[in-house]
Amino acid sequence: MGLGKARNGLGDVKKRRIDRQHLLFLAFIAPNFLLLGIFTYWPMLYQIYLSLTRWDMLAPKKTFVGLDNYTNMFGGQEFWGVLFKTFYFMGAVVAGSVVLGLAVAILLNQRLRGRNFVRSVTFAPVILSGAAVGLVWAYIFDPNYGLLRTLLEFIGVSSPDWLADTRFAMPAIIIVYLWKSIGFAVVIYLAGLQNISKDLYEAARVDGANSWVRFRHVTLPQLSPVTFFVVLTTIINSFQAFDIIAVMTGGGPAGATTTLIWYIYQEGFIAFRAGVAAAAAIIMFLLLLVITVLQVRYAQRGVHYK
Amino acid sequence: MRAYGGTLVRYTLLIVTALVFVVPLFWVLSASLKDVREIYTFPPVWIPTEPKFSNYSEAWNSAPFGRFYLNTIITTLFGVVLEVVNAVLTAYALVFLRFPGRNIIFVVLLAALMVPIHVTILPNYLTIASLGWVNTYQGIILPGASVAFGAFLLRQHFLTLPSEIMEAARLDGAGHLQTLWYVLLPISKPMLVTVTLVSVVTKWNDFLWPLIATNSTGMRTLPIGLSYLFNQEGASQWGLIMAATIFVILPILLLFLRWQKHIVSGLTSGATKG
Repeated sequence: MGLGKARNGLGDVKKRRIDRQHLLFLAFIAPNFLLLGIFTYWPMLYQIYLSLTRWDMLAPKKTFVGLDNYTNMFGGQEFWGVLFKTFYFMGAVVAGSVVLGLAVAILLNQRLRGRNFVRSVTFAPVILSGAAVGLVWAYIFDPNYGLLRTLLEFIGVSSPDWLADTRFAMPAIIIVYLWKSIGFAVVIYLAGLQNISKDLYEAARVDGANSWVRFRHVTLPQLSPVTFFVVLTTIINSFQAFDIIAVMTGGGPAGATTTLIWYIYQEGFIAFRAGVAAAAAIIMFLLLLVITVLQVRYAQRGVHYK
Repeated sequence: MRAYGGTLVRYTLLIVTALVFVVPLFWVLSASLKDVREIYTFPPVWIPTEPKFSNYSEAWNSAPFGRFYLNTIITTLFGVVLEVVNAVLTAYALVFLRFPGRNIIFVVLLAALMVPIHVTILPNYLTIASLGWVNTYQGIILPGASVAFGAFLLRQHFLTLPSEIMEAARLDGAGHLQTLWYVLLPISKPMLVTVTLVSVVTKWNDFLWPLIATNSTGMRTLPIGLSYLFNQEGASQWGLIMAATIFVILPILLLFLRWQKHIVSGLTSGATKG
């Protein structure tokens, strides 16, 4: 696809070249935008309509019910429970990622032998299949033959039946999710720590600040944009935590680990209530939208600072 | 900056951190080689007295793992190629080709970032069902073959390239496809490797969409096949299940060992490139 050699006057060539460039532009973006149209933009619009209907995914016709799905969801207790579990999971995962992620990053930022190895092993679970990680931990949590029972009995505590107990199932999922994803926060925090100017620490030292004061008044404030990024990314990812829940608890016991994404799956593909699943998906989209808008605004600010 | 706690404390913390991540992985390996008696003893056995390698062949035969591998390789391969080609072409067009309203198209692309595939599973299932694509490779692959974030990353990368390179190619009479292939891709290789690896990892591990897009055992991918085996055998066969877990994670672990830097920077790139 050469651009053609100049045979006519210069102006003609330029115009033709531009037109061909327009065609080429369209040809280049067409496959991607075709797929985005069919599988991203259109389903989002179609879903709004679905959420206003009652449909079992089999009947030839959907019944239009207006906002009934939404009012039923918010009028009953179940959906509030789902939202509560979603935010319980999210809050714990965000707090864990920030506190533990920063702690491990600070540790790995010291000049210690073997820190590169530890950095690698903390990141490795990030790239492993959530289903595989979930099963490994289901075995570790096994109340009879699991590794965790050994550890707990060593300190004199008897092991709960983690995944079958409504009080312990969600903490178990949170532990696994943190184990799998913490490496992400560690890497981000490490980059953040290395970007803090050494002069700031020197100045603080000259002022006689001890290590806690330096951490409190130099490290933490300097890292606040990094923390903001970690928090937002963790929130967005936590909404999509599906595979660990699927293999470890299947949303149970008694709905104790039914977060929003599991609820959407369950309503759509187990209970065949398409309208309710679509309405729940719209709620999830709106929650994500708020967070993404925050993130974009922050990212633009970041670019300006550069 | 450096001195939080004494050396002993710091090394203790470092070792504890390492153990938290290494022990579960070691535990999988060890359990995958245990026979039933050693699995069901308390306190647990750390290193199997007689490694039972037959767990692997038994796991391989108790579910069609050969087929799961084939399905995962096909869907990952085609999914990654389509995604990377789409990312490159879209980014090239957005940076180097003139078009009225190009910026609006870029904003429309960014809007797709706000719709993760998890939100659209239901309508997408209805779409592939109406196309008759349930239990087909195209049904698994195509909904994830479009790309917004990768195209965005590559666009940002193309914008950083010196414009002289492109002009030199243009003066040599190279067309856009030639410039793209012979000039742009070679100098963007590290970025392409990164985008490709992230795509490989994501598609290999993908769970929710392939679960929905298939319902016959023969079309399942590895992660779903693994959970299928677990549902079949339950907690009575941890040895087999841990062996099957190794089937799923080993290829990705090897990839990680070889290209760790690219993978880490790719997965965390949103943080440094605003």
